[in-house]
Amino acid sequence: MIWKEQVECAGPADLKNLQSDYLRKLTAYIYDNCAVYKKKIDDAGVRPEDIKSIDDVKKLPFTTKVDMRDNYPYGLFSTAQSEVREIHVSSGTTGNPTLVGYTCDDVKLWSDVMARTLCCAGAEPGDTIQVAYGYGLFTGGLGFHYGAMEMGLRIIPTSAGQTARQLKIMQEFKPRIIACTPSYALYMAEEARDMGIDPARGNWKIGIFGAEPWSNSIRQEIEEIWNMLATDVYGLSEIIGPGVAQECHHKDGLHIFSDVFYPEIINPETGEEVAEGEDGELVITTLTKQAIPLIRYRTRDIVSINCEKCRCGRTSPRISKIKGRTDDMIVVRGINVFPSQIEHVLVGIKGTQPYYQIVVDRKAHKLDEVEVLVEVEEKIFSDEIKELKELQDKIKKEIESVLSIGVKVTLVEPKTIERSMGKSKRIIDKRTL
Amino acid sequence: MDIPYWNKEIETADRATIEKIQLERLGKTLSCALRSPFYKRMLGEAGISSGDGIKSLDDLRRIPFTTKDDLRKSFPKGLLSVDMQEVVRIHSSSGTTGIPTVIYFSMEDVKNWTDLVARCIFSTGATSKDVFQNMMTYGLFTGGLGLHYGAEAVGMTIIPIGGGNTKRQIKVMKDFHTTVLHITPSYLLHIHSRLGDVGISRDELTISKAFVGAEPHSENTRLKIEELLGIDAYNSYGLSELNGPGVAFECVYKKDMHVWEDAYIVEIIDPETGEVIEDGREGEVVLTNLIRHATPILRYRTRDLAFLHPEKCECGRTHRRMSRILGRTDDMLIINGVNVFPSQIEEKIMQIPEVGTNYQIYVDKKGSLDRLTVKVEIYPKLFMGEASQLDALKNKIKEELRSSIVINAVIELHEPGALPVSEGKAQRVVDQRSKL
Amino acid sequence: MKITQISVFLENRKGRLFDVCSLLGDNNINIRALTIAETESFGVLRIVVDNSDVAVKLLKDSGFVANLTDVVAVEVGDKPGGLASVLKVFADNDVNIEYMYGFVEKFSDKALLVFRFADTDLAQQILAKNDIKVVTEKEIEGL
Repeated sequence: MIWKEQVECAGPADLKNLQSDYLRKLTAYIYDNCAVYKKKIDDAGVRPEDIKSIDDVKKLPFTTKVDMRDNYPYGLFSTAQSEVREIHVSSGTTGNPTLVGYTCDDVKLWSDVMARTLCCAGAEPGDTIQVAYGYGLFTGGLGFHYGAMEMGLRIIPTSAGQTARQLKIMQEFKPRIIACTPSYALYMAEEARDMGIDPARGNWKIGIFGAEPWSNSIRQEIEEIWNMLATDVYGLSEIIGPGVAQECHHKDGLHIFSDVFYPEIINPETGEEVAEGEDGELVITTLTKQAIPLIRYRTRDIVSINCEKCRCGRTSPRISKIKGRTDDMIVVRGINVFPSQIEHVLVGIKGTQPYYQIVVDRKAHKLDEVEVLVEVEEKIFSDEIKELKELQDKIKKEIESVLSIGVKVTLVEPKTIERSMGKSKRIIDKRTL
Repeated sequence: MDIPYWNKEIETADRATIEKIQLERLGKTLSCALRSPFYKRMLGEAGISSGDGIKSLDDLRRIPFTTKDDLRKSFPKGLLSVDMQEVVRIHSSSGTTGIPTVIYFSMEDVKNWTDLVARCIFSTGATSKDVFQNMMTYGLFTGGLGLHYGAEAVGMTIIPIGGGNTKRQIKVMKDFHTTVLHITPSYLLHIHSRLGDVGISRDELTISKAFVGAEPHSENTRLKIEELLGIDAYNSYGLSELNGPGVAFECVYKKDMHVWEDAYIVEIIDPETGEVIEDGREGEVVLTNLIRHATPILRYRTRDLAFLHPEKCECGRTHRRMSRILGRTDDMLIINGVNVFPSQIEEKIMQIPEVGTNYQIYVDKKGSLDRLTVKVEIYPKLFMGEASQLDALKNKIKEELRSSIVINAVIELHEPGALPVSEGKAQRVVDQRSKL
Repeated sequence: MKITQISVFLENRKGRLFDVCSLLGDNNINIRALTIAETESFGVLRIVVDNSDVAVKLLKDSGFVANLTDVVAVEVGDKPGGLASVLKVFADNDVNIEYMYGFVEKFSDKALLVFRFADTDLAQQILAKNDIKVVTEKEIEGL
């Protein structure tokens, strides 16, 4: 089933007309309503009238995370705060998160693209979906919830965690669809076995997995263990949340809903568009959002794009699985983590800036673990175990408050963290994703 | 005072009209309930085989009570009264992972619930201009999503932040100009005490209202909250079995909570005898849900103790007010808004081999928050003499409890024989918090 | 009289304790008393040596994190009940002990007890009043 056939299977000319129409309206709208964007567009030497077709998007300036950070909280919005129906956040690079907002129409848009996502993955009317993405300020849980509501599906909003309960629910209510991070799916398989449940006879038939990068070999593992179809969903809060792109059952690229999220693949160094099929950085323009539309947002995700019509019938271009990042952000348990966030916390500890290192690992079928190694130097050393433990706990608590995930903090002896050119290697990622 | 009504007609209808609505809806609810295995049997035994079996509201007393145990025993579909096809939402009680209590909602049930919550929100004077920080847990627990739906209907700006991470909560309040909070009273007081640490002063916040619920608290606590924070605090009552939030809520006069009698039949009973007692006297709250058809619930014994005010409220609403919750008839504990039965704790810790034969559950306050301490005696044979082993044991117990009862307990290890020997269950739990 | 104890931060890694002791040994520093307090993830090594200033500099220069703490060394007869009698004095006088450790001295019938007190001055007063022998820095060197 295709949720919005008219758009999802549109011919190239129709699609282009639609996108061009949206872009003209968007440019005028954002120019009139957002001072920051007005300046950006002026500085680029462009006038809204210069934007006649979607191809003219190249004339417009890029938007980056730094723009969002610098204009925290509402500087990049194009509506008054009173029009904002809902607020969500994404990880920031330092202490402040990135703020995103939705008007009523934006929520309708989100519900629509999420319904498209669910159908693309194979959901059918009457299905039950277990939403095991976290509900809250991150967009995963509520995004799927809205999409399922739009489709009229039966929703079990388990949110993340409490694995024993997740599995009991799977057994009792037989939801055909599970939405969660791929690493959690593997983790639940382990717990299932411990509970005497055979995952291969589990009730989940379709998985919609995302929020973290995962390879085809992990996909194979999940499909074998759970005897289900494992599909990839892509999204980012800055754009809308989940619902930007989704794999159909052919698993040959993720359909990006280009009528509302216009993609460009660029060379991250030069900013020039790369040829179809070549790797580059994904840049997205939100053509119809109202609260905080973004022009040419640099996602930092590296993908390639395929514009051929898919066997499923959809004509929306397909992006590959995420191949890497152009910055040092990592994803841990579905949450974006910037090493600079941790640095920001450590600077505030006792007036020192201790050397630190972040080690990320994932033991077979376990969840991601983050360990932050902090070198003990004289200024922070105390003879009393209690004080050292308090320091350890304080650092842990502060980091967790900024990252929103649990971490382990280990105090280590000085000079044990590898230095290179005076700076320590900030992240060691031991995972094979 | 200008009284805001979401649905003035219903909220100020005369008693005769309300009772007429109740009787009609009761009949429909009964017809529905008879389609569920559990109620078919129970009502059959009470001689009720159709919705017409009830001719007056007094007849309600012919129906036996429904208890939490009944709900557990009916898991999973004993109470389901519609085809699964009509079910669009499945929710559960907070805290329990053993045998959960499951509540099914049809599309119309969700609409009715949403409308009721919107009514609650609107009655406090909150409007679409408000920025609402929803600090209750989202997920299977009805507290978060319930208020979310209602706030959507009212048109507020919603920050679906859920619980925890105090520093972030305060920062979000400031940066996003929050005006209304949904929160437990103890957590709200805790937030106040942390403002200094976080380096944000009360003046930098724009909060003006808080909906407080999920844990019993005294009038003094409410007044303290209002004084310290300079806001209006409205008491909210609800339980997942009866939808979630939205059962009863305070109006702008804040003189106890209006139970929405077009949606619920409320009775106060003597917990020993089961007799219905008159307004003004304290007893156990029993509720019948009139607006949910996928999972009807009749005469549910909440185990909460309260009384109903006989007098009308100044706001003009004719729906009676229920006092704040004055206690429980069972041993359930509420720790920072989360329900916990001592038996759940016992079950978890006794599974751990290094834990000896004696333990104690100790509840007190740390600042404004509830603190649960589980004291266990270690099992001598397994002690290896290393401090790190003890550390590891503490962490293990803490983690087991956290993942099952969702509470961060303090764990204390004691020598064998150090804890008082208990003869009955009651002595296992020491609750130092002051009586309400 | 207070004496100086050196505290060293150690990870729970194989061989760290050996590294400390061999460093001191190679440099002619004699350890008089020693204990390690450990948690799941790290330990604090506490030692009383015959030349604290030299030792602590040595440790720091070799990259260890070390600091100095005031403790009191008490001498008691090396026989059953020796420690208990001292502890009774403290209990009776409300003197709080943070931690302690002990060593048996060679060629003598005495045992050395190292105490870290919550209130060192009070402890010393009580010790003096009860005629309990306290070992001085100089005496430690000469042991």
